[in-house]
Amino acid sequence: MGTEASRIALRGVDRSLHSGPSAVLFATALPAYADKTNATAIHAALRLPADVPAFDIGASVGSAAGALRMALSTSGDRLYVAADMRTGLAGSADEANGGDAAAALVIGEGDAVVAELIASANVTEEFLDRWRTPGDIRSKVWDDKFSELTYVPAARQAFKNALAAAGLETVDMVGVAAPTARIGAAVAAKLGVAKTIDDLASTIGVTGAAQPALLLCNALEQAEPGQTIAIITCADGAEVIIVRTTPAIAKISPAPSVATQLASGAPVTYGRFLSWRGMVNVEPPRRPEPARTSGTAAARNAEWKFGFVGSRDNETGEIFLPPVRVSADGQRTDQMSPAPMADVEGTIATFTVDRMAYSPSPPIIFAVVDFDGGGRLPIELTDTDLEEVVIGGRVGMTFRRLFTADGIHNYFWKGKMLRG
Amino acid sequence: MASHGIRDRVAIVGMGCTKFIENWGASLDDMMIDASNDAYASAGVNKDDVDAYWFGTAQSAMSGIALARALQLQNKPVTRVENYCATGGEALRQAAYALASGAYDLCMVVGAEKVKDTGFQGLNAFPIPNDGTARSLTAAAMYSMIVPAYGKKYGVDESTMRDVLTHIAVKNHFNGARNERAQFRKEISAEMVEKSPKLAGTLGVFDCAGVADGSAAAIVCRAEDAYKYTDKPIFVKALSFIAGNGGGLTDPSYDYTTFPEIAACAIDAYAQAGVTNPRTEVAMAEVHDCFTPTELVLMEDLQFSERGTAWRDVLDGSFDLNGDLPINPDGGLKSFGHPTGASGLRMMFEAFLQLRGEAPADRTVHSFSDSRKLALTHSLGGYPGEMVSFISLLGAEKD
Repeated sequence: MGTEASRIALRGVDRSLHSGPSAVLFATALPAYADKTNATAIHAALRLPADVPAFDIGASVGSAAGALRMALSTSGDRLYVAADMRTGLAGSADEANGGDAAAALVIGEGDAVVAELIASANVTEEFLDRWRTPGDIRSKVWDDKFSELTYVPAARQAFKNALAAAGLETVDMVGVAAPTARIGAAVAAKLGVAKTIDDLASTIGVTGAAQPALLLCNALEQAEPGQTIAIITCADGAEVIIVRTTPAIAKISPAPSVATQLASGAPVTYGRFLSWRGMVNVEPPRRPEPARTSGTAAARNAEWKFGFVGSRDNETGEIFLPPVRVSADGQRTDQMSPAPMADVEGTIATFTVDRMAYSPSPPIIFAVVDFDGGGRLPIELTDTDLEEVVIGGRVGMTFRRLFTADGIHNYFWKGKMLRG
Repeated sequence: MASHGIRDRVAIVGMGCTKFIENWGASLDDMMIDASNDAYASAGVNKDDVDAYWFGTAQSAMSGIALARALQLQNKPVTRVENYCATGGEALRQAAYALASGAYDLCMVVGAEKVKDTGFQGLNAFPIPNDGTARSLTAAAMYSMIVPAYGKKYGVDESTMRDVLTHIAVKNHFNGARNERAQFRKEISAEMVEKSPKLAGTLGVFDCAGVADGSAAAIVCRAEDAYKYTDKPIFVKALSFIAGNGGGLTDPSYDYTTFPEIAACAIDAYAQAGVTNPRTEVAMAEVHDCFTPTELVLMEDLQFSERGTAWRDVLDGSFDLNGDLPINPDGGLKSFGHPTGASGLRMMFEAFLQLRGEAPADRTVHSFSDSRKLALTHSLGGYPGEMVSFISLLGAEKD
């Protein structure tokens, strides 16, 4: 999700005004790996230069909000990415009210800037609201009422301090990221701001570490030039940032927008959701489970595996997925150039559904995809209903985790039906 | 580029073949011992008479030691061969060339696979360490993509395609019901085929070959020595092999209605054997019916039907046991299952029986004639777009 949000964010930036991030900051409360950096997978999928560092921030909601402030308040071009999944036991409030999301912000200076940080403030509290021991599949909560009574004054104080620092009486819009919609509403009601941005809790759900940046993205998509926006995050205290939009805000329109993505959602059955979450063990096919990915092979092929870069024959223009060294006629070696294909769309030549192969989400829908401008790859489709798959259907690529074996997450690309 | 072949220079003088079955009570060694002993007896030779061995197994054992240990061979050269599902045929090809070169006088080929000790469904390749980006579809899913592609290209509607595939399944099980070595020995109805649970695409259980354990073996010698061992030797007319380069997976012009590797392999095999019209010169064929649409496409790639017409020939019964060109008279992979290393030799075993007139009466093919004297065996391994192909042409007489 973090990679996909980053791709959307970077696509929206005018490259003539911004040369790309010089650092990646990835915040999550649910890292795929401990010890190993997670941001490097995003870095690789985005094909950023090796001298662009990629760091994890975490693993708490408050740290995600804090990293956003630090990214905004220090100089330099950077990509801030926040992603989270709310895990909860079956029947829990987190399961019902939580959501999964990622949001990314390209931060820098100059004419491409659509909003500027004008003030920030924080009130820190040490108290038990939510907590999770590393490795646990769910967080625990002390008492929602106690949390509310702690967050409301903390948020009011931090907001007041931020307004003072900005020299403002109030702001045009406020968004409140809180551990529950109820706390968020209670906080928002005490701030005296005319417009409260939808916290998306009723649609996506509460999205934890992703929520501050998600609300900022959602607000920026609705904002006009010269507006002030406050994002308040209630997590172990209260963190406030206030930004002011610039004239450039009128020129940016991320595709797909938050609203578009909300409108294109599809239902998932509860049983399938539980199996995705690991809450229900579904009988696997009587087939070998996938072997763990080879670390050395993955490293050698990182441009392909993470960046989805094939090779283009310099003489014939033929595109090969995965990349090869030898031309199709076998006559020439090492006369290829990189062919980045992640943003190239394709058409389904033929397809099938595999009801026997191992998959975390069976059955596998699989299509032979011919890419615009050349190149073919037989590849799994995702986020797709079998009914909508047709020969001639259009497909885009999306970065996914295929499976995990021996604690190694196998990231690669899948196809996704393009609708409309 | 030359492919001269060794037409009529090598002969099969003895063969053995176990029953193919989910053989819980027998090991790989057990099956190899049984098939080998039957082959020795068939040729009337002793173990020590054989100069060199070729041992085909895809992944049940490694190195020639596996066969040497099982048979307790005494200082014999044993070459382990692996070439996907064409392993058995490939092993015989290597032995035949060693004989033709004059390096040895008498060779033995043993193919064997112990599939059912894994506890898994289907055939599952050994995981070779990789970067995690290779597709992980089942073979059924890969081959199922032929069905809509073929139907669309040649204007065959879904219902007719279903009838064609059903006919192939019913035919092969009809033949297998008449073969004591087959795993599945019951005829099946069209209704059973069509109501079977779907596994991949439109393919149901009865569109797919089964899985089995088994072993088959052959004793081969130079043609001039053949009558020392038997009065009914089978002469090798052609042995052709093509390893595809995977181009079909990346080439947008590949349309999933043909297997180019097999078409190329067939051209080479017919040239080696001097065959100009396969449909009228080949009397029977054992082909790789891993899935029903595979057999359909093979009829065209092997030049038994014009492009886009095999479906009609199937429905007309041309390839039935009593048709003009019986296909898989022994029941095929559909009835036998597919112990990878053994299947290619199992096919040759059927050709061996039919050419010698030793097949049981109820599955004897009646298509042999003065102008139609050849049996063909064919194996493929891999997937549409990326496969190996083996073809042999065999005859009871030297030309």
